[in-house]
Amino acid sequence: MTGSDSLKQLPLKGLPLKDLPLKDLHERAGAKFAPFAGWDMPVSYPLGVLKEHLHCRAHAGLFDISHMRLFEVSGADAAGLIATLCPVEAAEQAVGASKYTFLLNENAGVIDDLIVTRLAEDRFIIVANAARAATDEAWIRDHAAGRDAAIEALDRVFLALQGPDAAAVMDDNTIDISGLSFMSGFEPRPGWFVTRSGYTGEDGFEIALPLDRASAFAESLARDERVEWIGLAARDSLRLEAGLCLYGNDLDEETDPVSAGLLWAIPKDLRGGGPYVGAKRLADIVAAGPAQKRVGLQAEGRQPVRAGADLTDPDGNPAGRVTSGGFGPSVEHPVAMGYVPVELAKPDTQLFADVRGKPVGMSVVKLPFIAKRSQKG
Amino acid sequence: MSAVSTVYYTEDHEWIRVENGIATVGITEHAQEQLGDLVFVDLPSPGATVSKGDALVVVESVKAASDVYAPVDGEVKSVNEALGSEPGLVNSSAEGDGWLWTMSIADDSQLDGLMDADAYQKSIA
Repeated sequence: MTGSDSLKQLPLKGLPLKDLPLKDLHERAGAKFAPFAGWDMPVSYPLGVLKEHLHCRAHAGLFDISHMRLFEVSGADAAGLIATLCPVEAAEQAVGASKYTFLLNENAGVIDDLIVTRLAEDRFIIVANAARAATDEAWIRDHAAGRDAAIEALDRVFLALQGPDAAAVMDDNTIDISGLSFMSGFEPRPGWFVTRSGYTGEDGFEIALPLDRASAFAESLARDERVEWIGLAARDSLRLEAGLCLYGNDLDEETDPVSAGLLWAIPKDLRGGGPYVGAKRLADIVAAGPAQKRVGLQAEGRQPVRAGADLTDPDGNPAGRVTSGGFGPSVEHPVAMGYVPVELAKPDTQLFADVRGKPVGMSVVKLPFIAKRSQKG
Repeated sequence: MSAVSTVYYTEDHEWIRVENGIATVGITEHAQEQLGDLVFVDLPSPGATVSKGDALVVVESVKAASDVYAPVDGEVKSVNEALGSEPGLVNSSAEGDGWLWTMSIADDSQLDGLMDADAYQKSIA
């Protein structure tokens, strides 16, 4: 597979897609739309993907991520349910703390990657990927059966504000984030939910808010001269430079967190077993070591190597494949991630990618491609 | 540009300027707008013999790779080497300095089915 589009496909239209609640606002901002995970998403704005990307790293980028789904889990057994669903120590999770974690199947394959924030002793919010929301909801409800834990899918507009100026912009828009460290969250107003987190490698915030307040708040942020709207295309290049996984590309139900290089997200005490689904298989993989590993890949030259490209070693033997790839506007060279056999996962290992039938040299590199500036909690 | 040049357009959003039997090919202003900022252009080798419809060039934006097709049969005469260091020329001047390649035209009748500027503008409206 080449990943190539034909110019014939322009413009994309005609599919039945869900519209974002703030679609009018994006149209007025001049957004171009494209389908993603069943939603008609703003993919870029008049500034263009390159400048959007660079603006986010230099100042602040505003993203509408309302396609993502928020679930509130509440009740006396909310922590017990979370501890069954995810490899986290939910009972010990501090109120206000956010954790990057997963729903795993019995084979320790990743059903979805999530952010789980504890808002009270008996209340958590789960942020799930758009494409996985229906699967996640069914899985969560299934495991909640018979427990004192209620699941509610929240109807919110969900925005991300990311970049070095994000904190100052939040402050100027009357959200007091002074006590909020990275990977923590709170409810500044009824119906609002703010975490200091994001998916760009920058400091930033994710803000869920009621529909009737969303338009005014988003416009107020967008009016700030430090802020530009950022579309899905730059969101992808930002997360890729930051070495972050895109579910469906870099993670799926066949892939376990150990192979994905995400074991850091699982507490040490839960790596050898635990009460969560998939614990036994995960412990086996940790003990035996994974067969393949997610790595950073840097192409020689300027030609991007994209998702789906097959990899070979210098002798021409199959050596895995690229799962995400494109161009990194901040690093000014192609950036990619992929899965390779564990013996080929060391930095500086030389590989070749098949790009439309031609071999392109690639080196295994450490992730991320940029120095992350997100604050540590 | 010569006064005797004629410009044709394809359904695949390419323009073809024909002067003295040589076609200069690029992508249209509309196509570059849709693609966004280009970061790489994969050009063919001069001397290559091509058939109408062959995927000859790949233009790569931050987000995607797109094929550009040979609009007629012929032989590649030259490619726009400036795009190697400055692929953004296609964005800033899609129908001028951002040209992609020149080629001979084996069969003039293949130009007959192409659009003129007015017809192309109507097709994208």
